[in-house]
Amino acid sequence: MAKRIDVSGLNAFYGSHKAIEDISMTVEPRSVTAFIGPSGCGKSTFLRTLNRMHEVTPGGRVEGKVLLDGDDLYGSGVDPVNVRRTIGMVFQRPNPFPTMSIFDNVAAGLKLNGSYKKSELNDVVEKSLKGANLWNEVKDRLNKPGSGLSGGQQQRLCIARAIAVEPQVLLMDEPCSALDPISTLAIEDLIGELKERFTIVIVTHNMQQAARVSDRTAFFNLAAVGQPGKLIEIDETERIFSNPSVQATEDYISGRFG
Amino acid sequence: MDIPTDTPPPPSHVEDAKPTTPEQKRAARGATRPGDRIFLGLSRGSGIVLLLIMAAVAAFLAYRASVALADNEGNFLTTFEWDPAGVAHDGKPYFGIAVLVFGTIVSSIIALAIAVPVAIGIALFISHYAPRKLAAPIAYVIDLLAAVPSIVYGLWGALVVAPNLTGLYSWLDDYFGWTGVFEYEGGAPRSLMTVGILLAIMILPIITNVSREVFLQVPKMHEEAALALGATRWEVIRMSVLPFGRSGIISASMLGLGRALGETIAVATVLSPNFVINASVLDYGGGTFAQNIASKFSEASEYGRDALIASGLVLFVITLLVNGAARLIIARRKEYSGANA
Amino acid sequence: MSTVTIKPGGGHDTTPLKAARLPRWTPYAVAAGSLAVAVGIGLAAGLESRMQWGLIAAVLFVAVSYALAARVEGTRQAKDRLATSLVWVMFLLAVVPLASLIYETVERGVKVFDGYFLSHSMGVVADDEPGGGIYHAIIGTLEQVGLACVIAVPIGLLTAIYLVEYGRGKLAKTVTFFVDVMTGIPSIVAGLFVLSFWILILGFDSSGWAGAMALSILMMPVVVRSTEEMLKLVPNELREASLALGVPKWRTILKVVLPTAIGGITTGVMLAVARIAGETAPVLLLVWVNPFINTNPFDGPQGSLPLYIYQQYQSGTQAGYDRAWAAALALISFIMILNLVARGIARWKAPKTGR
Repeated sequence: MAKRIDVSGLNAFYGSHKAIEDISMTVEPRSVTAFIGPSGCGKSTFLRTLNRMHEVTPGGRVEGKVLLDGDDLYGSGVDPVNVRRTIGMVFQRPNPFPTMSIFDNVAAGLKLNGSYKKSELNDVVEKSLKGANLWNEVKDRLNKPGSGLSGGQQQRLCIARAIAVEPQVLLMDEPCSALDPISTLAIEDLIGELKERFTIVIVTHNMQQAARVSDRTAFFNLAAVGQPGKLIEIDETERIFSNPSVQATEDYISGRFG
Repeated sequence: MDIPTDTPPPPSHVEDAKPTTPEQKRAARGATRPGDRIFLGLSRGSGIVLLLIMAAVAAFLAYRASVALADNEGNFLTTFEWDPAGVAHDGKPYFGIAVLVFGTIVSSIIALAIAVPVAIGIALFISHYAPRKLAAPIAYVIDLLAAVPSIVYGLWGALVVAPNLTGLYSWLDDYFGWTGVFEYEGGAPRSLMTVGILLAIMILPIITNVSREVFLQVPKMHEEAALALGATRWEVIRMSVLPFGRSGIISASMLGLGRALGETIAVATVLSPNFVINASVLDYGGGTFAQNIASKFSEASEYGRDALIASGLVLFVITLLVNGAARLIIARRKEYSGANA
Repeated sequence: MSTVTIKPGGGHDTTPLKAARLPRWTPYAVAAGSLAVAVGIGLAAGLESRMQWGLIAAVLFVAVSYALAARVEGTRQAKDRLATSLVWVMFLLAVVPLASLIYETVERGVKVFDGYFLSHSMGVVADDEPGGGIYHAIIGTLEQVGLACVIAVPIGLLTAIYLVEYGRGKLAKTVTFFVDVMTGIPSIVAGLFVLSFWILILGFDSSGWAGAMALSILMMPVVVRSTEEMLKLVPNELREASLALGVPKWRTILKVVLPTAIGGITTGVMLAVARIAGETAPVLLLVWVNPFINTNPFDGPQGSLPLYIYQQYQSGTQAGYDRAWAAALALISFIMILNLVARGIARWKAPKTGR
């Protein structure tokens, strides 16, 4: 179910501006990898290169290799649509489809692939909502619009929608930054459960969060504003937060900058 | 009309306390000084003048129409003739709008049927398909299309488009003539179909522009949500863009319909009018409200003009309803589009 | 093509990233092929109308793209391609009329379009003889549009100021709604209104002034709308800064708000002028026709450019058609120049934000 990602020599551009430079790393399957770093260091851009969402941005362009269990996402003949189906994504702000019910939101990805039996669909929706710890809260109002839920519930609905298509990898771009502390806690618990089944990559601004939820942490930084962001180091989370091998990491974590 | 003194203004970012006395209300508007009072009076007066003009349009048209209708021997709604001078009725006026209702509706439906899909296509092209560098020039070209005066459309329609349509119409007659709707006897193709095609081109810009606005307003995050699920570009549009823009498309189409219903000179130039209802949309003949007024006006007596005004009143009411409905849809949409912030 | 579909609940480890794709040049090749085939069919079947050729090519293009994609890439991709090709076809469908209209107007208009044409009237020129010009019509149109501006611009501006700077209550809502509705009044109805009260009830003669009143009714809502948009763009901080200095509100509006928005307002007014300058219907009802030069808009029938085109067209003679096209060229040029200048001003005077 979960696959490993190997990135090597990756550059990403916005037009002629280089946003990230020469990134190589490995994301282990069935674990949580957190990306931390100051604003503008390119961690979100990098995350979006992992499921080819970067090229959706006008002018977005990528060089280098991203291997998913050995298959290059940017190889010739690769269909970005299939890539995004295999590697799901949860965004910073909860974005359920406003015109769809809760049920249809979760089923949206499945319906793309044509005909499903109603019972099959019911099963998948229930399973996904349970997987996102949302089932008990919404089971009586599946036909109500998803936009009627609270922010935290909406974000879990988006997670349910993402896992309903059974992706190999789940990317999360600051999933808790728009949420209150209690909702954040619920999502963090959920991430802990989901890593049993998926490879998870999470971008976060909150270092405590990175320390709480992740197994490995990658620190990104940029030399100066306007310069491309770089990967400084990636290691076991415990090690990054207690005894990082690069001085800049320690400075950042101890709050000396950023 | 009494000005909003009994209704407290809704709370805004400027005034928090609800003013109660007239002085406080004036203070809340920043109108305590003489200069301010004059300026407020002037600007509010202009708004009222605008409303009065609208009321006057309705009142004067209704008054002249009533003059005409009082003497009409025919049934205004169901008579198939337009004979206010009573040439065929012993000098008694005999006229009705049945033919005009038919012609106006048919030509507008044809125009909408052609223009709406094309306009949605172009709007999507500008908002989602065109290379970014092309999008702005294309939007500009569409604006140019809107700036061309209707008389020029009429001239072009009559002298360039219509002669080119004979082939298409005979072909339609060959294959669909059996329906009766597409029968074509030959001759100059100055029919309701030609009018519909021309109107479609003329209302294309307004439908395109309003739809494009709405499509561009679709929050990026909804589109990304669909993309991240592995949707193709078309599926993104179907899942997030079209549902979001549906009410916008409807109101855009109604604005276009309003234009098509009231278009005068282009129709008068292209159509060979004939005061009959023709089952076939390809054969010449028929008429629309606005075209009928323009064509009959110069030969009409004063009473004849009143009769034309009566038909104009009907057109006024219809376009008022269509436009009003379109605006209400837009306004309602604005209210709930911010709901899921 | 089975590579694209994914089975639910399970089977996902087999999801391949690659999918069979058509080469990049496919759409161009299909487009060229459909065009060639359409021309072939057109020639073979002897279809005279180029419109049929174009329609055949468009249908072929859409159908072949879909069929190819369905075979090679699967149904989802095929639907995507269908949508893409349809959208392109729709776009071309809209460009063709505009191109044809501009081409024909220029091509047929330059025939008699010269200095003589611009500087002479139609007095004592018969319908079927060449010669004559549009001088009287240009004067008429300029005066009518000018008078319409004199009425519509102040009312429009003040109404917009009321709506943006003062309007909060029911009256403002009502005005906003009716301004929108007024935008949709057919021009012939505006003409009928002035006809009924000015000519039929008050008993005045047809004149440029009567036409100008109808034109101003059409112009007002456009001016209100565009001015409103521009005033809303003026940042609130500017107003508050001025008010905090103790400047009365009306002076704040006159000295701070209006100057900031003046570029956009000018653009709006010019676009409104461009719109009414081409209106024929109200002029037909109210200004009547006059082949001679009449410089007094308050006394008797005048000429008018759009109406001139209509008249010349209706004469049904070749000389008349030539004059109609030349006048159309003049009218379109005038309106396009207004448009371009208006947009230029908008760009040049755009309120600088984000500083």
